[in-house]
Amino acid sequence: MINLGAHLLIAPVVLPLLAGAVMLALGGERRRNVNAALNVAATFALMVISIALLHAADAAPSGVAGVYRLGDWPAPFAIVLVADRLATLMLLLTSLLAGAAVIFSLARWHRVGVLFHPLFQFLLMGVNGAFLTGDLFNLFVFFEIFLAASYGLALHGSGSARVTAALQYIAVNLAASLLFLIGVSLIYGVAGTLNMADLAVRIPAIPASDRALLEAGAGILAIAFLVKAGMWPLCFWLPVTYAAAPPPVAAIFAILTKIGVYIVLRLWLLLFGDQSGVSSQFGGEWLFLGGLATVTFGAIGTLASQDMARLAAFSVLVSSGTMLAAVGMGQVGVTAGALFYVISSTLGLGAFFLLIELIERGREPGADVLAVTRELYGEEEELEETDEAGIAIPATMAVLGLAFIGCALVISGLPPLSGFVAKFALLTAALNPPSGAISIAGWLFLPVLILSGLAALIAMTRAGIRVFWASAERTVPRVRLIEMAPVAILLLFCAIQTIQAGPVMRFMQATAQSLHIPHEYIRGSLSPAAEQPRGAI
Amino acid sequence: MEIVLSLGIGALAGSGVWLILRPRTFQVIIGLSLLSYAVNLFIIAMGRLQTGVAPVLTARGAGNPAHFADPLPQALVLTAIVISFATTALFLVVLLVSRGLMGTDHVDGREPEV
Repeated sequence: MINLGAHLLIAPVVLPLLAGAVMLALGGERRRNVNAALNVAATFALMVISIALLHAADAAPSGVAGVYRLGDWPAPFAIVLVADRLATLMLLLTSLLAGAAVIFSLARWHRVGVLFHPLFQFLLMGVNGAFLTGDLFNLFVFFEIFLAASYGLALHGSGSARVTAALQYIAVNLAASLLFLIGVSLIYGVAGTLNMADLAVRIPAIPASDRALLEAGAGILAIAFLVKAGMWPLCFWLPVTYAAAPPPVAAIFAILTKIGVYIVLRLWLLLFGDQSGVSSQFGGEWLFLGGLATVTFGAIGTLASQDMARLAAFSVLVSSGTMLAAVGMGQVGVTAGALFYVISSTLGLGAFFLLIELIERGREPGADVLAVTRELYGEEEELEETDEAGIAIPATMAVLGLAFIGCALVISGLPPLSGFVAKFALLTAALNPPSGAISIAGWLFLPVLILSGLAALIAMTRAGIRVFWASAERTVPRVRLIEMAPVAILLLFCAIQTIQAGPVMRFMQATAQSLHIPHEYIRGSLSPAAEQPRGAI
Repeated sequence: MEIVLSLGIGALAGSGVWLILRPRTFQVIIGLSLLSYAVNLFIIAMGRLQTGVAPVLTARGAGNPAHFADPLPQALVLTAIVISFATTALFLVVLLVSRGLMGTDHVDGREPEV
């Protein structure tokens, strides 16, 4: 009998693959409505599956919901998919964001180009696979799958800005993929395995003569991931691409930088954690300083942005820089805070990317640039505005304004929404290290985090005033419910995360704990066949 | 053989890096192709260089693994070749679209102002 429960683990990879393939088989563009329905159904099914996996992972005493050995090969030789707390958490985050993006796209964006729905599903397949896989080369394959889909989606709708941005995006990512391969093969050459758990076991035993090669391999591999994560100075492609991408695509792209961060978090703590002997904490200070540099660059970028899409893209950099710096500190508490932060900031940024398009719709192109230029030259606006003071704000604008405030609160980290709780958790942990004395890293982290929040607040307030309070020539945008609802729902998740901060934080603590002491993950991945669900039907 | 292979990888990688730093899209794509050849050779090299040995076990059975070439890098390089071929093809299409839309083959989509 087929045990469906055991196969649930591979569903996040197989379901989008099948959904995408069926859409193509049904005739691609000619049946867009069927495709749209399939896309929505598959995305929501993914949501249910990730919730089930998350529950299973949290309920299991080891924190691992299961290990799926493809083709049922014995432990160290099989390519494994491992669903532990972190992987299932990221799966859930992806599916929530994807659900919002796909609903939003139904209003108009899926019609501006071809094959939006199949590409979207293939993107989800690659992303889910990258979160689940326990094998380095398999990770490369999943990376290429979601990158290939993301090239198509970044080009969705065409236009010269998108083509130029995508050209650079593709070139950078192809180069990064080659670095990925060099890193993987160096590590294979030294350690003789590509299974992540097996690597973690073998690394402490690697002789000193090979250690330089191993660390070079890990460093090159890290560069490939950090290009994806957008660490300064590897991030110059990011603001251009994200600002030019169609809004629902930009919203789902918010998770792509987090994949880079996720891999760094997983691999670094697994391979170079406290148990890894001589190489322990290898490169940690680079992650930390690189993260701080990224936050600084992103914060300056948000202040300098003349339009909202670029503002959002630079906020993505701030978010991933904060994550990298927090991971680089190498403390369990800070990692837990960072995990709380990644949920809140990804949802907030996703909502913001969607919202921008709704706001921009009613304005003439270039209005933002004009506004900022006017501010720069100190040119006063006409005084006749006072005559119009009696006109009520249209309801649409009020709703958009409220959503904008919500995004601003989450992104800049002000109470009462989840951004504040996340930053509070990060700083509390950084300033109360288990060793007692606050490290220099903690003291560096504090001002950078606070000031980046201030920069985000200033930039967003300025943008908000220009859009909602200035009475420049504008028509009230026509916004449909299915466009507004995803934004509202994403913000609602942030609110729920705030209200349920206690249970969520407990989950994050447990996740961080098992990341820093990964023996359960290793034992799960390498355990003999009898204990595991069988991969063959 | 080692020195020939490493010189080959070095020459390919060096030319590739130089080319992807050039401003024309066609130079970039050739650079990426050369780099991917270099990387493919590098992966093979990481499985230790041996000549005249079978990549998989023969009918006579296992025995000393030193008598066999490491099959894993060969599987990896096959995958890598396919993937880099596909992505390069995709990049080529974008390159053509960019050339058609902008009327220039500069990577920034416009000629630099002199």
